[in-house]
Amino acid sequence: MAKIKGDILVNVERCKGCEVCIAACPSATIAMSKEVNGKGYHFAMKINNDCTGCMNCAIVCPDGVITVFRGKVSE
Amino acid sequence: MQEPFVKTEIRKDENIVYKRTDLLVDRPLSYCPGCGHGVVHRMLMETLEEMNIQDKTIGVSPVGCSVLAYDFMNIDMVGAAHGRAPALATAIKRLWPNRFVFTYQGDGDLAAIGTAETIHACNRGENFTIIFINNGIYGMTGGQMAPTTLPGMRSSTSPYGRDVPTMGHPLRITELIANLPGVYYVTRQAVHTPSHVRKTKKAIRKAMEQQKENKGIAFVEVVSNCNSGWKMTPVQSNIWMEENMFPFYPLGDIKVDGKLIQSSEIAK
Repeated sequence: MAKIKGDILVNVERCKGCEVCIAACPSATIAMSKEVNGKGYHFAMKINNDCTGCMNCAIVCPDGVITVFRGKVSE
Repeated sequence: MQEPFVKTEIRKDENIVYKRTDLLVDRPLSYCPGCGHGVVHRMLMETLEEMNIQDKTIGVSPVGCSVLAYDFMNIDMVGAAHGRAPALATAIKRLWPNRFVFTYQGDGDLAAIGTAETIHACNRGENFTIIFINNGIYGMTGGQMAPTTLPGMRSSTSPYGRDVPTMGHPLRITELIANLPGVYYVTRQAVHTPSHVRKTKKAIRKAMEQQKENKGIAFVEVVSNCNSGWKMTPVQSNIWMEENMFPFYPLGDIKVDGKLIQSSEIAK
């Protein structure tokens, strides 16, 4: 059965690691990476497949680094 | 850097539901991590894009953290002297009455050095939009006490907390100008959670649309955090803001369509 799932694409070099998206995510999909980007910030990354594409993270992101996708997945 | 949990079957251009608007110039914002300015910039630009008025809008940037707003917003912008953005916006709107004009000001700009310009522009009933970011502190210069600093709140020039008998009371400028007859729409919003961001966007949209009616000033205050000035992490500062700022600066509409509302709550 087809399911609606989401995905996020983080612009790693623009992320400043403020963690506001983690507090906003209802499905605990986002966490900070262990690596750092070119500016020395830990960046947001997806840690599981629970993303529903609700856009909460992208809306609260102060730097607008998150692009959200939503579509059907055949599983 | 490898990315785990990528759903390649979803990650296609036709499935994009949210993307940073092209009206924001593609360069990193100069604000601290977690600052509310970035969200307000994005919501403002999204509103202009949805209304399709980006080529008819002139913005006035202030002095403060958002002094470089013209570097990030891909529309016509003017930089004003400190606090004088409402005076400049008055001139622009009177010379170009068919353009949409907004000022984007912080609390040091609008409520401290520019109080006279703000109050007189509001009292004259000019037809532009004021977007006011209130974080209760002078963020750019290092977190000094501002007129909007809460009683007992620590800042670098009030290290033992703001003492009301010696340092005076905080200024609720939004309620002050809501009582003026030239003001048509006044609201106070926040941008720390998704629902508040959506409400802020609606308020900005309403404020920009009311310029078509030529009824008077539309004033949107956004209570924002200043995690660098407050010496907290962004998430902590958002919680602190909910617990301390919102009781003193209650969110919601204060004046809609020229009529004051919830005035009894503001009085206390």
